[in-house]
Amino acid sequence: MSENNVAVVDKDADYKGDVLVPIQWKSPIAYGALTVLAAAIFVPFAGAGSITNFSFSQAGDLIEIPNVAIPSQPALIAIAVVLAGLCALSLKFALDRKKAPILVPLAFGLLFVTALLIFVLAGNPATLPVTSLLSGALFLSTPLVFGSMTGLICERVGIINIAIEGQLLAGAFLAAVVGSVAANPYAGLLAAPLAGALFGLVLAVFAIRYFVDQIIVGTILNVFILGLTNYLYSTVLTQNQGLNFPPPLPTYEIPILGQIPVLGPVLFKQNVVVYIMYALVIVLQILIFKSRWGLRLRACGEHPEAADTVGIKVNRTRFRNTILGGAVAGLGGAFYTVAAGLSFNQNMTSGQGFIALAVMIMGKWTPKNAIFAALVFGFANNLQITLTAMQISIVPAQFMLMLPYLVTIVAVAGVIGTVRAPAQEGVPYKN
Amino acid sequence: MKLELRGITKRFGDFTANDKISFTVHSGEIHALLGENGAGKSTLMNVLYGLLHAEEGEILIDDVPQHFSNPGDSMAAGIGMVHQHFMLVPVFTVAQNVVLGNEPTSAGGIIDLGKAREKVKEISDRFGFEVDPDALVEDLPVGVQQRVEIIKALSRDAEILILDEPSAVLTPQETDELMKTMLQLKNEGKIIIFITHKLREIKEVADVVTVIRRGKVVDTVSPKETQEKLAELMVGRAVLLNVHKEPQKYDEVLLKVENLSLIGEKGVPALNNVSFEVKKGEILSIAGVQGNGQTELAEVLLGLTKPTSGEVTLGNIDLTHKSVKQTLSTGVGYIPEDRNTDGLVGDFTLPENLVLDQSDVSPFAKWLNLNLPAINSNAINLIKQFDIRAGSAHSTASQLSGGNQQKVVVARELSRDLKLLVAAQPTRGVDVGSIEFIHQQIVNERDKGIPVVVISTELDEVSALADRIAVMFHGKIIGIVPGDTDRNTLGLMMAGIPPEQARKEA
Amino acid sequence: MVDNNKDTSSGNVTKTIPPDVETVTDADEAIEIATPVEDAPKVEKKATGAHKDEDEPTGAKAIALKIVTGSGLISVLSVVAALIFGAILIAAANAEVQAAAVSGNIGKFFSTVGKVIGSAYYALFQGAIVNPDAHNFAAFIAPLFDSLKVATPLIFMGLGLAVGFRSALFNIGGQGQIIVGGIFASYVGFAFDLPPVIHLIAAIIAAVIGGMLWGFIPGILKAKTGANEVIVTIMLNSIALLLISWVLAQPAFQRPGENRPLTPAMHDNAIYPIIRIGEIQLSVAFFLAIAAVILTWWLLERSTLGFKLRATGLNPDAAKSAGINASMMSVWALMISGGFAGLAASSAVLIPATGMASGVASSYGFDAIMVALLGRSKPLGTFLSALLLGALRSGGYLMQATTSTPIDVVSVIQAVVVMFIAAPPFIRALFRLPDPEKLALRKAAKEVA
Repeated sequence: MSENNVAVVDKDADYKGDVLVPIQWKSPIAYGALTVLAAAIFVPFAGAGSITNFSFSQAGDLIEIPNVAIPSQPALIAIAVVLAGLCALSLKFALDRKKAPILVPLAFGLLFVTALLIFVLAGNPATLPVTSLLSGALFLSTPLVFGSMTGLICERVGIINIAIEGQLLAGAFLAAVVGSVAANPYAGLLAAPLAGALFGLVLAVFAIRYFVDQIIVGTILNVFILGLTNYLYSTVLTQNQGLNFPPPLPTYEIPILGQIPVLGPVLFKQNVVVYIMYALVIVLQILIFKSRWGLRLRACGEHPEAADTVGIKVNRTRFRNTILGGAVAGLGGAFYTVAAGLSFNQNMTSGQGFIALAVMIMGKWTPKNAIFAALVFGFANNLQITLTAMQISIVPAQFMLMLPYLVTIVAVAGVIGTVRAPAQEGVPYKN
Repeated sequence: MKLELRGITKRFGDFTANDKISFTVHSGEIHALLGENGAGKSTLMNVLYGLLHAEEGEILIDDVPQHFSNPGDSMAAGIGMVHQHFMLVPVFTVAQNVVLGNEPTSAGGIIDLGKAREKVKEISDRFGFEVDPDALVEDLPVGVQQRVEIIKALSRDAEILILDEPSAVLTPQETDELMKTMLQLKNEGKIIIFITHKLREIKEVADVVTVIRRGKVVDTVSPKETQEKLAELMVGRAVLLNVHKEPQKYDEVLLKVENLSLIGEKGVPALNNVSFEVKKGEILSIAGVQGNGQTELAEVLLGLTKPTSGEVTLGNIDLTHKSVKQTLSTGVGYIPEDRNTDGLVGDFTLPENLVLDQSDVSPFAKWLNLNLPAINSNAINLIKQFDIRAGSAHSTASQLSGGNQQKVVVARELSRDLKLLVAAQPTRGVDVGSIEFIHQQIVNERDKGIPVVVISTELDEVSALADRIAVMFHGKIIGIVPGDTDRNTLGLMMAGIPPEQARKEA
Repeated sequence: MVDNNKDTSSGNVTKTIPPDVETVTDADEAIEIATPVEDAPKVEKKATGAHKDEDEPTGAKAIALKIVTGSGLISVLSVVAALIFGAILIAAANAEVQAAAVSGNIGKFFSTVGKVIGSAYYALFQGAIVNPDAHNFAAFIAPLFDSLKVATPLIFMGLGLAVGFRSALFNIGGQGQIIVGGIFASYVGFAFDLPPVIHLIAAIIAAVIGGMLWGFIPGILKAKTGANEVIVTIMLNSIALLLISWVLAQPAFQRPGENRPLTPAMHDNAIYPIIRIGEIQLSVAFFLAIAAVILTWWLLERSTLGFKLRATGLNPDAAKSAGINASMMSVWALMISGGFAGLAASSAVLIPATGMASGVASSYGFDAIMVALLGRSKPLGTFLSALLLGALRSGGYLMQATTSTPIDVVSVIQAVVVMFIAAPPFIRALFRLPDPEKLALRKAAKEVA
C-alpha cells in the first residue's frame, strides 16, 4: 500500500465524527420542484381522457413501427411517480453525502421532457414525429459540436477562443465560394478548415506572440470576420452570383445501421459532415486523454511551467493547437453552406459560435459530454420548429428557445454541478 | 563527471541577480548553495536548468561548454531539477507526470501506461519511496509529491540533480528522510546541488558550501565551519537572533477560539476542532508545516472564510459571524501570508495601498469622495515612521523590494488602533534588516498589551517571538507548549506526535 | 521562465523586473491588456530617470525618440495601417478595378485603384468631418455634428465597458442591456403621457433601470456562484434578442396598423430635444454623454466606490483581505455598465417619429468593446475613441450611399485599428520602430558593463 493511501486513510480516521461535510441540497430541491411541476400542473391540466400521439417511423423504413397513442393523464401520472422516485433517490444520495451517478439526472431529464411533450400534445389530434424530431435535433447540433470541439482543444491547451463564431462564419463563406467555383461540394469541405485555421493563426499570433488578452482578440476577430464576410458578400458575391451556389453534399445511409428503428435514420442517414463529426468526437475523446499529444496539450493548459521544465515548448504547442482548433471550427462552418447546398448569407451563423462555448462548458471540457450538451440545444431548437409547424403553442416560441440559454446560465452558475476549467486557460505564458 | 559554472551573470533590467558566479561540482558530491532569500540562488539554478539565459558566463560539463536554450537541452545533458514549487500537473496521475515530455507510446501516439507505471515502480522501489503510480498528484501529500519530482528527474537519467529549497514544505522528520535519499543518490555517484538557507541541513549532508550574497559568491567553505561563521557569511554581519521582549505582565484572556472547524474544498476538514486562547500582551505562535490549516485559520480569524462550526470571540465581541470589514473595524490587524496576492495591490501607489482597508472611512473618505490630501499625508507619515524605502512617495507597490513591500503592509495594519494582531508569515521572503524591524514592531504591539497571533512555518521565527507555541497538524492543534520548547520536540509535534510523547522521544 | 512572482526565495529579484515580465494574473489581465501601451512609457521613464549620464540622448534626439516610442504614434500608425488595409479591400472588391486588372494595362489599373480608393475615402471624410462642397458654413461642418450623433450611444456604451474593464469584468452583454433598456424606455416613451422634461427624465430612468437589471443578473451570479460573466452575458444577449422579438409581437407594443414588429412613435415630451442651426443638428443626448464622461471620471478616480472597484479589478484577493466586498463590486460594476447601456438605449430610442424595432441594439454592444479598448478604459480616451469610431461610421453611411463601397468595410477597419493598438509590438515591427523596453534594457546593460 502506498504512503499516499496510508495518509488518506489516516485522515479519514481522524476526522470521522468530528466534522461532517454539509449536505448538498441543490439537486434534490431542483428535482423536487420539477416533480411538483409535473404532478401539479401537467397531470391535472392534461385533461381527462385525452390522448397524445407519437409516430416513430418514416415512410420506407424497413421495420415500420406503428404510431402510438398514449392516454395522456395516466401516462403523466406514471411518469410523475417515477420522477418522485428519482427525487427520493437523489435525496438519499445527498443525505449520504455522495454524488448521484450520472444516470439519475439523465433519466430525470429524459422523463421530464417526455412528460412535457405528452402534456403539450395532450388532446391534440396531430402526431408528433419522434424520428424527425430527433434527427433534426442532431442536424441542428452539428455546428455546435464542431464549435465546442474547437473551444475544447483551445482551452485545454490554455487559449480561450471566443472567435469560434467568426471561424464558423469564415468556414461557411470559403466553403460556399470554393464549392461553387469548383462545382464540387467536397472542394468546399476541404477549403473550409483553411479559413478557420487562418483565423486560428491570427488568434495565436496576437494572443501568444503579442500577449493581447485572448478574449479581446477573439472579440475583435468576430467583428473583423463578420465585417469582412458581410463586405465580400455585398460586393464580390453580389456582383458574381455564380460564386455563391455551392452544390449540396449527398446524404449517405449506412447499410444495416441505418435500418435500426428510430435511431437508424436519426444517426446513420446523414451527410459526410455529420459522419466526420462522429469520428472527430471519438478520436478527440481518445487522443485528449490517452495520447502523447493530449497529455502535452493538457499539461500546457493546466501547468505550463511544468510542461516547460520537461522540455515541452509551451507556446509552440499552444500555437499549433490554436490553429488546429480554428480548422475544426472552419470545417464545422461548412455545415451551413455546402452540407445542405445553401448559399452563403450575411451573419448566417447567428451566434451559434457563442452557444458552442456554452456547450463546451456544459460538457465539462470533454468531447463525449459536449455532444450531449449540443443535443440539448439542438433538441430545444428543433422542438420549437416542430411545434410551430404543428401550430401548437403553449408557451411562446421565443420562451421555448430561451430554455437552452437559461440552462447554460444555470450550468455555469454551478447549480448542475461544479465544472473545472483548465487551470491556466487565458493566462499567457512568457519565457 | 564534473559540472562547472564559470562567471555566470544574469540581469533583470538594471538589477544584477547573479554577478560572475563560478563554482565546480564533482560526481558523488553534495554541493550546497547557501544564501538568504533573494540572494540569487534560484535564479542561478534556473540559468543552469535552461529556464533563464545568462548574459555572460559558461556552463561546462566534463569541460565541454553547454548551451541550454530550454530545459529540454539541460535535461538531455543529464540535469534534473526539483523545483521549490513543484512542477507537477495536479490533475495528472503520478505515472503521467513522470513520463510527461518523454512518453513511451504505442501505435497512434497512445501512451503506454504500463511502461510508465513500471518506470515509477522501479525507481520508487530503489529508494523505498512507495508511490502509487495511479494516484492523482493533487491528492498526494506534499512530501510524496516531492518524491514524485525526484522520480521524474531520475527517470530521465539525471546525473546532476538540483534541489531548490527542498525542505521548505517538509516536517523535520520528512526532511531527515530526504537527507537519507540525498546521501543514497550521492553514493550512486550523482552530483547534487542543494539550495538552502538552513544551516543545520548543510551541516548534515553537504560536502562543500558556496555562500551567495546579493548575487555574488562570498566564499566557498567546508560545512564544518561553525554555524555562526556560516550565518555571518550568508548575511554579511552578525545576526541578531533574539528579539528584545519585556516579561509578560497580563493574565486576562482576550482572544478565545473555540472548537473551530472548517470543511475544505475537497470535503476534507481543513480545520478540525481548533481551540486556543491568547492573553492580553501575549504572542501565541502557530507553528506547523505549510498546509496544515494555518492559512485557513488566519482566514477564519479575519472573517474571509466562514467556519463550518465553532466560535471566535475577542473580549466580549463575537467575531465568528462578522464580515472582513466588520472584523477590521473591530480593531483586528491582519498581515497576510502572501503580501503579493493578499496584502497589496501591485499597481496601486503607496498612498493608495496604505489606505486599502480604510478607503471609505474618515478621514480618508469625505462622503462619497476620496480625501486625497489626507491619503497623501498619511502616506508621508507612515513612509517616514516605518522607514519604507521607495523611489518616490507615488511609486507603485510592485516597484518596491520584498522587505519594503512587507513594511507597507505592516505600516498599514499597525497604524490603526488595534485590539488584536494576526500576522501570518510576517517575514517571508524579506531581508534580514527588515526581519529585525518587523519583529520589533510585532513585539512592540505585544508590549502595548495587544494579543498577537503569529503564524509561521519558520521555527526560528516561532521561537524568537512566541510566549506560547501552538503546533498544527492536519487541521488540528496537536498541543500548546511554552515558548522556550526545544526544536526537536516542536519538530515531532509538527509531524503529528502529541507533546508528551514528543518530549519523551526528543 | 519561472513564475518569479510566486517564488518567495527571489522576492527581491521579482520587484526589479520590468512590469512586462511579471506574470499577469487572471484578474488584472483585462486591465493589463486594455492598457498595454501605457506600460511602455513607464519603463522608459524609469530608464531615463535612472541613467542621467552622457549616454542619455538629449534635446531633439530625445524628443524624437519619445515620439517614436510613445503611445500616441502607435495609435496614429494603427489607424494608418488599418486605413491602408481598408483601401486594399475597397480596391480588391471593386468591379472596375477587377476589370482593369484583367485588362493587363498597368497604368489603367493603378489609376483605377487610385480613383476608387480616393472617391471612397473622400466620401468617408465628407460624411465624417466636413463637407468641402458645402455652400455655407453650417452645411460645411454639419457632417461633424452627424458624427457626434452617431457617436453618442458609443460614448455611453464605451464608458460602461470601461468601468467594467477597470474592475476586471468583461461585459459582452451590452447588446442585451441595450435591448432591455430600450424596451423599458420605449414603453415609458410611448405608453405614458407626462409633462415635458419629466417625461424625458422618466424614460431615461426607465432605460437605465432596464440596463442595470440586465447587468445585475451576471453581476449577482458572479458574486454568488462565481459564474463567468463573459458566458452569462453572451447567453443574456441571446435571451434579450428573443425577448424583444416576443415583446414587439405583443399588442401593448405594436404600432397600430403596422405589420412589422415596431413600437408606436415616442411621445413628443419623451424625446431628447434637438438643437438646430441651419443644417447643423445636435441632440441634447450628446451633452448628457459629456456629463457621463465627467461622472465616470469622478467615479473611477475620485470616489470611494471607484477606489474599491479598481482595487478589486487589480487584485481581488488583496481587496477581500482589506475588507472590500469584492463580490459586491462585480455586482456594482456590471450594474453600472448596464446602466450606461441603458443610457445608450435611451439615446437610440428616444428620438422623433420612429418607434423601436428589434434591431435597436445595432452592433453597439461589440463596437463599445472596441471603443473602450481604444480609449484604454479611461473616460476621456473612451470619449475620443467613440468620436473616432462614430465619425468612421457616419462617414461610412455616405460612402455607402455615394460609392459602391458597403459600410461593412468600416467594421473591418475598426477591428484592425483596435487589434493593432492592443499589440504595440506588432505595429512597431510593422513600421520598424525601436522598442522602448529594449532600449531601456540595452542602456541598463551598457551602464553595468
